[in-house]
Amino acid sequence: MMPAGLQRTLLTLAGAAVAVLLAVAVSSVAILAAGASPVTALEAMFDFGDTQNQVVNAIAFILNRAVPLFIAGLAVAIGFRMNLFNIGVEGQYRLAAIVAAFVGSQFVLPAPIQLTVIVVVAMLVGGLYALIPAVLKVTRGVNEVIATIMLNYIATNIAAFLVRGPFTGERAAGQLTISTPELPESAWFPNLNFLFEMFGLPAPRSGLWGFLAVAVLLGVVVWVVLERTRFGFEVKASGLSASAALASGVNPKRMVISAMVLSGAVAGLIGLPEILGRTHSYGSNFTAGLGFLGIAVALLGRNKPVGIAVAALLFGFLDRAAAPLQFADIPPSVVAIIQGTIVLMVVIANEITNRMSLRHEERRAARQLAATPSQAKTEVAA
Amino acid sequence: MTTSVAAPEARRVRRYHLALLGVALLILLLSLARVVADAPELTSSGTFGAALLLAVPIALAGLGGLWSERAGVVNIGLEGMMVLGTWCAGWAGYQWGAAAALVAGLLGGALGGLIHAVATVTFGVDHIISGVAINLLGPGITRFLSEVLYAQGTAAADKGAGITSSPGLASQAPSVSLPLLSDGPDLLGKLEATHWFLLSDVAGVLRGLTHDVNVLVILAVALIPLTFFILWRTTFGLRLRSCGENPWAAESLGVNVYLTKYIATIISGALAGLGGVFLVFVTTKYVEGQTAGRGFIGLAAMIFGNWRPGGLAVGASLFGYADGLQLRSSHAVTGLLLFGAILLLIYTGAQVRKALAVNGPGVRQYTAAAVAALAAVILLWLWVTVDKLPNEFVFITPHVLTLLVLSAASQSLRMPKADGVRYRRGEQH
Repeated sequence: MMPAGLQRTLLTLAGAAVAVLLAVAVSSVAILAAGASPVTALEAMFDFGDTQNQVVNAIAFILNRAVPLFIAGLAVAIGFRMNLFNIGVEGQYRLAAIVAAFVGSQFVLPAPIQLTVIVVVAMLVGGLYALIPAVLKVTRGVNEVIATIMLNYIATNIAAFLVRGPFTGERAAGQLTISTPELPESAWFPNLNFLFEMFGLPAPRSGLWGFLAVAVLLGVVVWVVLERTRFGFEVKASGLSASAALASGVNPKRMVISAMVLSGAVAGLIGLPEILGRTHSYGSNFTAGLGFLGIAVALLGRNKPVGIAVAALLFGFLDRAAAPLQFADIPPSVVAIIQGTIVLMVVIANEITNRMSLRHEERRAARQLAATPSQAKTEVAA
Repeated sequence: MTTSVAAPEARRVRRYHLALLGVALLILLLSLARVVADAPELTSSGTFGAALLLAVPIALAGLGGLWSERAGVVNIGLEGMMVLGTWCAGWAGYQWGAAAALVAGLLGGALGGLIHAVATVTFGVDHIISGVAINLLGPGITRFLSEVLYAQGTAAADKGAGITSSPGLASQAPSVSLPLLSDGPDLLGKLEATHWFLLSDVAGVLRGLTHDVNVLVILAVALIPLTFFILWRTTFGLRLRSCGENPWAAESLGVNVYLTKYIATIISGALAGLGGVFLVFVTTKYVEGQTAGRGFIGLAAMIFGNWRPGGLAVGASLFGYADGLQLRSSHAVTGLLLFGAILLLIYTGAQVRKALAVNGPGVRQYTAAAVAALAAVILLWLWVTVDKLPNEFVFITPHVLTLLVLSAASQSLRMPKADGVRYRRGEQH
């Protein structure tokens, strides 16, 4: 007989695979309806280019896109673990990004210190902004979903005001967008191009953002905190049953505040890969929407760091496919449909596999219960 | 809020009168602020006309939220359903005119509602998660459809479609005005132009609400009392609300909870889609991103209104007014600061009176009064010193107000008891 844990894992994996297949099927129907061939689309998605340069660029694009998505997924997952819906990741990271970009541009220190200051500022701003809905929830009973939705709008507008007003920097000749002052070179995060060069490959054009290393480290730290510390256990316990957690001495108010602030602090880092790695300032064309995509990534990854990493890479892979799809005369937005469908299918698959494993458990327990009394009887008879 | 459970007739009449009194008082204060701050746009018919236009899609989205949440399905996906509604309205509208746009928008939104219902009711997916997925899917699907159907070389592209917008509507929805008063002799308009204290303000408000009004606005406004009637005065409505309060009890009385939830969620999507249709009518074509988060704001208006149609209408009006005012004149918005200060001062007075009336006033009332007084002083100071608020701060006024109202009143808000709760048939026996 298979152990229950292994069986559940297998079921989960099978569910995820079926979900991805279904999403591919749905998108194939859409592509067919658009008068193109799904096979061409698949080929375009996996076509990384002919030369080594193109392949390296494609890989760097996927990784660079996956890093902020991974961080966003982590931020959302921390809240999800205790059934706390931090829809406000979007606002938290934008506000954190602009403040960090501005603060970082105001002084010049040796690179390690400068980078640390920027990272700390970003985490502080994100955490403090997440503190607002947490405090409102704990003291006034305001639902965190609606509060964070409101705060997203507020943050977006404040960021727009800051970049246009107090935080605006000098505009270079011919530059159309407005942005914060450029960061000094000590705040440019060193890239990881040597990883490619080690294998004798050319360096990617856009560079492989060094924040990848920070993201990996962050993933490990979050995993340790969630899986191997008392705090992580209490988060999980509050999520599974708030009343049981309270009965065993977990302070629910403290948990809401600390989980929300931790989630916000991680969210504060989402914008940094782009700012420290490429743009070196917060501009009006700063990548938006990562917070909402982070929710999808966290759901796909089932709120576990490894799963989130896989999901972020999958989303990065799909986002890269937009350009080759366009070359193949297939509407690139089919990528958005695939992403949305995968999320919906995965959550539905999760529910179905949960029900299946629950039913299986029940049946096994019933079998054992039915078996035990008869055994007892035979023992008595003996 | 126990009044909703067993409201005696007399009490309801009193509440109705109180509401009327409140509106009258608000208009009086507004006209006072208009005169003192010299901001005619505060009560002009143009502002109220714009406010009505902006409030309607919010109210429709809010009604959508009300229908599903009263049946126990949390609907964060309103935004995505609204996007589907705008696209379908634009697509059908450019080919067959306004009536087709209306039907298509309703169907598009309903399709979003159906997806939400399948995920949450049949498969028991968390309602928030399904809503988030629909908000991802809605813009994705519409973008895809635009890329396919409005691509260069298609018939639609020749009519002016692009990747981000549809061609203009083939026909406009008719609009009507109140004869005599706001049209023809336009008595209200003349009265408004005199700028008399109070009289002109009332005239401006009335004219704004009755002059050149789109038929869809009338339909939308009529939907609010209609929703109240269906949900609170019919058997079907009682059953629907029982699914939101206690689905297991409803099941034991023979209500088909799954079916009811399906109907409620599909109607919810259709109403959100109707909000999208309305946006398309205003711009006369579909433009990508034209919902601009109104689905979320509708949700906020509904919560603001305590999951009731009347409160929802007040919430939507508030959002619409703040939006309309900043659209008309950014100077007038500073006049709103004065209005807020007066309101806060009245609140302070009431708190102090209460504190004096009760033997041994509580610390709570003192702090509330002190905070209100402080806020009033800050607002007055801002009104005196600030000449023009940055647009961004005007945009966020409704959101900040919602947060403030929620934090002040969320204890007295009561959402349906089984809202967002996963229900499976036969689970509790």
